[in-house]
Amino acid sequence: MMSLSRRRVGAILRKELREYRRSRSIVPTMGAVPLLFVLVPLIESTTQTASTLRQYPLLLYLLGVPAIVPVVLAGYAVAGERQQGTLEPVLTTPIRSQELVLAKTLAALVPSLAISYAWYGVVAAGVALLARPGVPSALLRAPEVVALLLFTPLLASWSIWIGIAISSRLNDARAAQQLGSLASLPTIAVTILIVAASSRPRSPSSSPSPCCSWTGSAGGS
Amino acid sequence: MSEGDEVIVSAAESSAPALSAERLSKRFGDRMAFDDVSFAVGHGEVFGFLGPNGAGKTTIVRTLGTLIAPTAGAATVAGIPLTPENGVAIRRRIAIMPESPGLYLRLSVTENLECFADLYEVPDATARIDRALRAVNLLDRAHDTCGSLSKGFRQRVALARALISDPQVLFLDEPTAGLDPAATRDVHELIDGLRRRGVTVFLTTHRLEEAERLCDRVVILNTTLRAIGRPSELREQLFARTLEVRTRAVLPEPGAVFAGLPAVEGWLQDGPATYVLTVADPTVAAPAVTRALVAAGADVLSIAEARHSLQDVYLELVDEDRGVGR
Repeated sequence: MMSLSRRRVGAILRKELREYRRSRSIVPTMGAVPLLFVLVPLIESTTQTASTLRQYPLLLYLLGVPAIVPVVLAGYAVAGERQQGTLEPVLTTPIRSQELVLAKTLAALVPSLAISYAWYGVVAAGVALLARPGVPSALLRAPEVVALLLFTPLLASWSIWIGIAISSRLNDARAAQQLGSLASLPTIAVTILIVAASSRPRSPSSSPSPCCSWTGSAGGS
Repeated sequence: MSEGDEVIVSAAESSAPALSAERLSKRFGDRMAFDDVSFAVGHGEVFGFLGPNGAGKTTIVRTLGTLIAPTAGAATVAGIPLTPENGVAIRRRIAIMPESPGLYLRLSVTENLECFADLYEVPDATARIDRALRAVNLLDRAHDTCGSLSKGFRQRVALARALISDPQVLFLDEPTAGLDPAATRDVHELIDGLRRRGVTVFLTTHRLEEAERLCDRVVILNTTLRAIGRPSELREQLFARTLEVRTRAVLPEPGAVFAGLPAVEGWLQDGPATYVLTVADPTVAAPAVTRALVAAGADVLSIAEARHSLQDVYLELVDEDRGVGR
């Protein structure tokens, strides 16, 4: 059975992380892209009452963050290197394609998870500071927090896998990122549908879903 | 390394040449990159690959470097048969310095080399990096980011990167392109040093004087292999040996002087008092010609063997190809 070399995987992983750290655009772009998904729960937490929010898994909107954040890195992973002429020297070393893909995946996963969890922290802090009394406990419920923490790596891995698959077939990093963004839309749509489907009022007297009211106002404006 | 790798290598390395190709071809769609190329390179040989742009030199390097698969034919690299399953085993024993350095520009020189030392899993990476940087005179720039280096320095970093793994076979694709004369001399000395250490060097270059100075043998490629041999052998294959004779005044009857000499196969006048004689052996012909000229009362200014350079050989073959529309 083929064994993967930890040293080779580590070499690419370290190299990628160093490059991200020293890039002026990658990390800010990754940080800014998910702003929309973060604003929804923040705004809703300041405009809705605790009793309304208790009925909706609003927090799961944040799953859009790990779905969209890795696209920037995964799109660059192979196409970017090919464009810069740095891929060929790597491919002339004994590295196996599985090791290269694993290293690239981990290199995209680590900052994506860090950024996703950092944004979750920002949302939690924002809700704790800005929301009306009782809202934080209504919004930050244990099952949803656990689901968020568990599904984040899965969604990020899925997005990275799609991004790298696209990136390895293109020569242009920007095109790969754009196509990767398009390809992540179904994942985001499914996430929103799950939230929306879970947002049906549990009793006939409940107020309208905050998620639906948000999507409705966005669509109607 | 897996056990499988070891078996493949030990069986193959004992007798095989360092590098060989047997009727190797590569086609991209309708375009033939190179066709029916055969050669064998011995261990420790510096083997030059010459040819015009688009002749297939870089594609051959990429094929032998396991980056692309050949369309037809067979090859061995570092003594190992070139097959997809042997890719990793081959790449452990070779290094390729591509035409474009392909460095990580945001990383320092040392960080670039550390990355590749880990990819090759070299033991004692720090010492190897130090040695490679010393070999290309870059120790004082070790902590500079590659993006801040000039083209020539980047080329040197790429060369240091190729040396890190102590390869058995080193592919150098235009290694002195963009280097100043001093750096070019350093690279030449480095290649000489590699030859002394028994490293097989596969060198593609446009600099014919470089090939002539460095290479034990050269190939001239123009999609198909046009010539192979030592530069001196190629000269002899392509050009008849000639003597150039210069006299103070025009000879009244040159035919009477040269035609009667058994060592001279033919002659022509190449200027007012200059004659080019086709000879079988210049060392036999030159004294006989001198005696005949003196006997004819001519004042001899010089008699010298005409030297054809590798460039003459190259241009002769490439022009031939242009003539037949290849």
